[in-house]
Amino acid sequence: MPDVKKVLVRVRVNGEAREAEVEPRTLLVDFLREQLNLTGTHIGCDTSYCGACTVILNGRTVKSCTIFAPMADGGEITTVEGLSQDGELHPIQEAFAECHGLQCGYCTPGLLLSTLQLLKKYPKPSEEQIRKGIAGNTCRCTGYQNIFKSIRTAASAMEKG
Amino acid sequence: MYAAPFSYHRAASLAEAVKLLQELGEDARLIAGGQSLIPLMKMRMTRPTALIDINFIPGLNEIQSPKGELRFGALSRHSDIENSTVAAEIPLIHDCAAGIADVQVRNQGTIGGSLAEADPSGDWVTALLALETTVDCFGPAGQRTVTLESFIKDAFTTDLAHDEVVTGVHVKKPPKSSGGAHVAFKRSAPVYPTVSAAVQLTLEGKELCKEARIVLGCVGLTAIRAKEAEGELRGKPLNEKNVQAAAEAARAAADPQSDMRGSAEYKRLMIATMVKRAIRIAARRATGEHVEAGHEYAGR
Repeated sequence: MPDVKKVLVRVRVNGEAREAEVEPRTLLVDFLREQLNLTGTHIGCDTSYCGACTVILNGRTVKSCTIFAPMADGGEITTVEGLSQDGELHPIQEAFAECHGLQCGYCTPGLLLSTLQLLKKYPKPSEEQIRKGIAGNTCRCTGYQNIFKSIRTAASAMEKG
Repeated sequence: MYAAPFSYHRAASLAEAVKLLQELGEDARLIAGGQSLIPLMKMRMTRPTALIDINFIPGLNEIQSPKGELRFGALSRHSDIENSTVAAEIPLIHDCAAGIADVQVRNQGTIGGSLAEADPSGDWVTALLALETTVDCFGPAGQRTVTLESFIKDAFTTDLAHDEVVTGVHVKKPPKSSGGAHVAFKRSAPVYPTVSAAVQLTLEGKELCKEARIVLGCVGLTAIRAKEAEGELRGKPLNEKNVQAAAEAARAAADPQSDMRGSAEYKRLMIATMVKRAIRIAARRATGEHVEAGHEYAGR
C-alpha cells in the first residue's frame, strides 16, 4: 500500500476561494460534489466520454471525471452554479429553457459550459462549429436539434448584449 | 470510479521529476494531461503506486518556430496546437490537433503525453511520422534527442527510460511545393479513430510527385510507414492510376485486428480510402490551395 498522504487542494470556484484536503486519487468532479457540495456538475459515464462532468478550469472546458483534484490546485474553476448572476439566469441558460434544449437535464450542466466555451471562441458559430464544439457532450433525450437551436439563440442574445 | 491508491508528488522542475522517478522506482508514473492514463487507472488496468505531476513545471508548453522547424514543448495541449497560427504553418499538424477526441480532451491532453503513451490508435505518432520529427528526452545524463522512428518501439512501448521525461518535439518544416494531410475516421468524437492516414508530399510542377511519405494509423501495433505505397508515387505523376496503386499498396501494408471498431477486412478497405483521400488533399495543398481536412465522424 503506497503512502497516500492527503493533499491540500486550493482553488477558486465561481469566484470564491475554496480548499479541502483530499486523497490524491480524488477526481475533480468528486472534489466539487463531495467536498464543496457543488452537485450541479454531474457524473455521467465516468469514462471521459459523455461530458456531463464538464467544468471550466483556467478558462478551458475539461472533463472533471478525468482530472485528479490535486492537478487543479491553484486553478480558477467555473461550474454550472457560477453561470447565473444575482438570481438572473445566464443568456445560455435562458436559451436552453426557451428552446427546450433539455428534457431530463442530466447532460445540461456540461452542455451549458461547453456552449459558453464555444461562444467565447466563435460568437457567431457556424453549424459545423456548433457540432464540433459540443461533440464531447452526449445527450440521450433531445436528439440535439433543440440544443443546436438553443446555442444559436444564445449566440444572438449574447451578441445583442 | 476510483483509481487504486497512489501517492502524489508535484515536480517543480525537470531535474526534480527525474529524481522522483529514480527515488520512487518502477511503479511510479509521470502524469501530464492524464487523458489516457486516468481512464486506465480508473479501470484498474494500470495501478501506479506514485504519480509525479509535471503540469506545474514552467516553460514546457511553448510553441515556437525557430529557423526551419516547429518546436512544441511537451506540455503543449492539443488545443494549444489547434489554435496556434505558428503550428498552422504545417497543415497536417493542424488537422491532427483539431481532430483528436473532443474540445474538453484537447484542452487537457498533451503532445508529449501522447507520444510517450505510444497508443497505436493515437493520432500524433501517425501524423508526425509523415514529417521529419525528433523527440527531446531529459534524464540523469541530461538531454538527448531521438528520431520519432526510433522513439516508438512497439505498442505502448517507447525508447524512453524509466527515469527520463519527454520535454519537447521538433518538426522540420517541409520544403516549398509541399503539402500534407492527416485524415481519420471515427465512430464519434470522443473515441479513438477506426483508421487514420497521414500523407506528406512534395511536388515538382503541378503533377509530378518528387517526395512522398505515407503513414497508416490504427492498423498495426505501431503506426506503419507504408514505404511501398510511397514508391508508387515518388518520381511519378499524381494521376488516378498511381494514386490507386499507392492506396492498394497501403492496404497491403496494413496489419489490422478485428475489434469493436470494425473487422480487419473493413479496416483494410478503409485505410485504402483514407490514403487516397489524404493524397488528394495533400496534392491540392502543395499547390497552395486551402483545403479543410481532418477527422470525420457521425454527426459532424
